[in-house]
Amino acid sequence: MAVLVQIEDFDVGFQLNKLRLASPSIGAVVSFVGQVRDINDGDSISKLTLEHYPGMTESALKAIEAEAKLRWDILDSLIIHRLGSLQPLDQIVLVAVVSAHRGEAFKACEFIMDFLKTQAPFWKKETTAHGERWVDAKLSDDLAIKQWQK
Amino acid sequence: MKIKVLYFARIKEAVNYSTEEVDLPNQVTTITALKNWLALRGEVWANLFDGKQLVRAAINHTLVDDLATIQANDEVAFFPPVTGG
Repeated sequence: MAVLVQIEDFDVGFQLNKLRLASPSIGAVVSFVGQVRDINDGDSISKLTLEHYPGMTESALKAIEAEAKLRWDILDSLIIHRLGSLQPLDQIVLVAVVSAHRGEAFKACEFIMDFLKTQAPFWKKETTAHGERWVDAKLSDDLAIKQWQK
Repeated sequence: MKIKVLYFARIKEAVNYSTEEVDLPNQVTTITALKNWLALRGEVWANLFDGKQLVRAAINHTLVDDLATIQANDEVAFFPPVTGG
């Protein structure tokens, strides 16, 4: 169970190997990588800047991981989220989950990502040809977490 | 009582503050009361807290609703709905 909030890029292969090689009882590795798109709301994006709330970000992400571990039989998880100035094709986020069997890891990975989207205090500002603008939260993200309500 | 207030993203830019220490009057003990009290500062603040835009609040790094109670030395944060990931 680890959380990294960092400016630096990350190596997905290296991170997944580190997770899976920790125990021979692991039979499934599921991961999600989010990357910066070149077009949003019809405009070309040249830059994406990520702001966060230091301290709360880490505690929110740890709480999401802990909830996933309570709900599913997973062996470990990792969240890496980047900050600062990014460009199209840059990686933004990695969520990885390991478990004995695939079902638990698939569900836990999607759960962590859905809650990260709506609970972790990050904000995106994008730069287009018309200038800078803050990205609005999406209703679809709020609806996505409804499927996890007990 | 004294508390710390933090602002993030478009709210930080609107009010032109990222963090401040404030000394609250005795009757300001909830997030709603704090919003109403800050709204008295002027047009920008009144517009921010007029209910037309979603303003999320956290106390000591935990998301709270507007009925949450504030205590001395708390760290209160105001920010727009989050957009990470």
